[in-house]
Amino acid sequence: MIPCCRVFYLRQNKRGQVKVSFLIEEETGKEILVSDNEAIVRGALEALVRFAAAYPGSPSSEILGLLGRLASDVGVYAEWSVNEKVAMEAAAAAAMAGLRSLTAMKQNGLNVASDFLLNVNLTGVTAGFVVVVCDDPGAISSGNEQDPRWFARMGQIPLFEPSGHQELKEMVKWAFEISELIGGPVLIRSSTRTSHAQGNIKLGELPGLTNGSLEWRRSFVTMPVGSSHRKLLDKLREVRELVEKYSFDRYEGPDSPELIVVTCGTGYLYADEAVELLGLRDRVGIYKVATTNPIPLKLSTEVFKKTNRFLVIEEVDPFLEEGVKSLAAELSSKIGVKEFYGKATGHIPSVGELNTDIVIEALKGLLDVEYSPRSQDYVGRVEKYVADFVPARDVTFCPGCPHRATFWALQKAKLMDGRNAVICGDIGCYSLGVLPAGYQTLQTLHCMGSGAGLANGLGKLGQFGFDTPVLAVTGDSTFYHSVIPALVNAVHNEANFILIILDNGVTAMTGAQPHPGSNTNAMEQEAPVVDMVKVCEAVGAPVKVTDPFNLGDTTRIVYEMMQIPKGVRVIVARQACALYKQKGMEFTRYKMHVDLDKCIGKECGCDVFCVRNFKCPGLVFNKKLGKVQIDEALCSGCGVCAQICSRGAIIRGVG
Amino acid sequence: MVPQADPLNVMIAGVGGQGNLLASRLIGTMLVAKGFKVTIGETLGATQRGGAVHSFLRISKKKNYSPQFPGGSAHIIIGLEPVEALRNMGPHGSPETVAVVNVRPIKPIGVMSGNLDYPEIEDLKQVLKEITKRVFFIDATEKALELGKPVFTNMVMIGGLVGLGVLPLDINDFQTAFVGLTKGSDLELNLEAFQYGEGVVRQQSSLE
Repeated sequence: MIPCCRVFYLRQNKRGQVKVSFLIEEETGKEILVSDNEAIVRGALEALVRFAAAYPGSPSSEILGLLGRLASDVGVYAEWSVNEKVAMEAAAAAAMAGLRSLTAMKQNGLNVASDFLLNVNLTGVTAGFVVVVCDDPGAISSGNEQDPRWFARMGQIPLFEPSGHQELKEMVKWAFEISELIGGPVLIRSSTRTSHAQGNIKLGELPGLTNGSLEWRRSFVTMPVGSSHRKLLDKLREVRELVEKYSFDRYEGPDSPELIVVTCGTGYLYADEAVELLGLRDRVGIYKVATTNPIPLKLSTEVFKKTNRFLVIEEVDPFLEEGVKSLAAELSSKIGVKEFYGKATGHIPSVGELNTDIVIEALKGLLDVEYSPRSQDYVGRVEKYVADFVPARDVTFCPGCPHRATFWALQKAKLMDGRNAVICGDIGCYSLGVLPAGYQTLQTLHCMGSGAGLANGLGKLGQFGFDTPVLAVTGDSTFYHSVIPALVNAVHNEANFILIILDNGVTAMTGAQPHPGSNTNAMEQEAPVVDMVKVCEAVGAPVKVTDPFNLGDTTRIVYEMMQIPKGVRVIVARQACALYKQKGMEFTRYKMHVDLDKCIGKECGCDVFCVRNFKCPGLVFNKKLGKVQIDEALCSGCGVCAQICSRGAIIRGVG
Repeated sequence: MVPQADPLNVMIAGVGGQGNLLASRLIGTMLVAKGFKVTIGETLGATQRGGAVHSFLRISKKKNYSPQFPGGSAHIIIGLEPVEALRNMGPHGSPETVAVVNVRPIKPIGVMSGNLDYPEIEDLKQVLKEITKRVFFIDATEKALELGKPVFTNMVMIGGLVGLGVLPLDINDFQTAFVGLTKGSDLELNLEAFQYGEGVVRQQSSLE
């Protein structure tokens, strides 16, 4: 049960199973299969990107990961920054100094970086500066669903939304040029179904490196703000003219269709297929908008004149929908009254990701056409079989995951304490602590660093009679990302809570990227370690380090800390990630087995407490034997389950 | 037996860790080398940790299609795990679907902890036979274990797909893609796994 992201990781890893070099070694002009994140990297390399910085987050992580591993071959500097804001600042600085630079992040990451984004738009940069935001419609690997495109409108920043693999690569290249022309940042929006899709791209030329020294040519300050803001608006008008010269934005279809689908990004791929499947090529046109901020004026005017009915298809918010409606209102004296369908009218759902079927349904309703690929009888039968036979496959912690052990100890300490402690959650693998896999331990889940932030508030409610103990968990990477300010706040304001850092040595959730506590960097070079224990102690918080695989010690330490009535205390629960081994974090691997004489299965008063409650995939209830067994293919030998069997039937043998 | 559709929709359904991604990448790489336009859509992310993982392959001579199938349009389902084959027949299957299924179950955590039931493999086979046009069963995990590592399972299943004879691919294409994409470790064993899967499906086809 090894996560499939490992394949991605290995492909990116020079020491791993799969090569990375194909992206730069194949001949110019050759057509190859790449993931869209690889297409973004190739596009950036073809545009001679020289500097890249990012913080990992699905579905964006592979972009910087790949640039880091290719860095020495292509003369790029790449870093995993401490968080997205610092990443964006570092990349922007390189662009100010004259190097083409790129930063990439998931939608939440842009929230973190947005403060800087909404200032650097005013100061501008010198060389091309491209911000790739990989959105996650449907929250496939996110804690929220939100539309990052509003930042483009808020900051009056050009925004491109490519459709398809080749166009993605070309638009990344083009984004560098536009950025350089206007001297400001350009945003590219990808999505899960883009970044984690694969397809054909034709390789363009990789330009050779040019020599030349960098120089600091001017100041980059937002003031005077009025003049900077005016200049920014002028730039956006300039972009609106520029985009008309390219074919990324285009109309496809008949001259006078009954309806036009207005769409962008993945929406175009679904819309194109839906129109094809419904046989509507001669009745429906498609207006593919690739530059969704600013929406092209001339082309849109022409398209508006072709028909009176428009269906807008896009993922997450009605961003393009509101954009074209507003434009149609502005142009109403020229184009007349138009009717728009989309999220506002309920033709397209406002929640979740899109697919071709959603577009088919919308078109069926609007154009009175029929489409049923399967008989109702067949669908009914298959759905019944699926309901009867297919068990749910819940996500869970990997066998040997230290988080399972930590949550077990937390629950036990909470029970011993008996005051119904509140435990705040954070973002990472351990977010599964909200699910049965983590014993539903976590009672809050928001954004990076917010567990400790919330604990700051909860830890100050004593004067209002709230005397419940407060705990917050954070991962190691999240600690560096945004928990440190919350900890500083807690010390200074004397907030009363326990911060538990789940230190497994890597940014595990996104594929084991290094963080400031790691001894390597994105380019696989040795790097200085920022010691989290020293950081906490320097701030003034007492720290205890524990090994979660030792349930007794960990439970005792948590319990004892809960009895201290005041101040912030830190526990570092340190144990290596079960998937990504790291030097210096090796643990004893036991050869586990169950003593079948001692295990009395369901006859035990515990009702197979171990499998029912501990929920490690390596522990299996054998119905025929009526006893518990170890699945040797899955067991990692952490030995934690041996500590929970009251009959001592689970044995830790020497490995 | 399998429609010569364009796009041809091939789904690989399995569980996180079964090498779903590498399998789809290898198939796609082989086909792109033959001049096909291939789009692959995958579900990654939180579903990794023990969850169901599926890849959509859209294979065309004309263009790159969207990264998901329209409902009920899977022409071929490669089930790396038997329950996952059935799960995906729900939204994606039709009476025209051909399935190639590994018979070795990977039981969900809810089953292992005794809260859910996993169907009897014979019942599962019967249902799959009823709702597909044709289904081929392969003891892929057994073969992989015999070769020394469970990770060869996906290579057996790629062989099974090629054994259907609907794609213009053979073991040489597989070898080229494998060597080009990976560091080529255990090449002989991977080839043997591929050959086994191809052989099983060929043999079962000839019995029709």
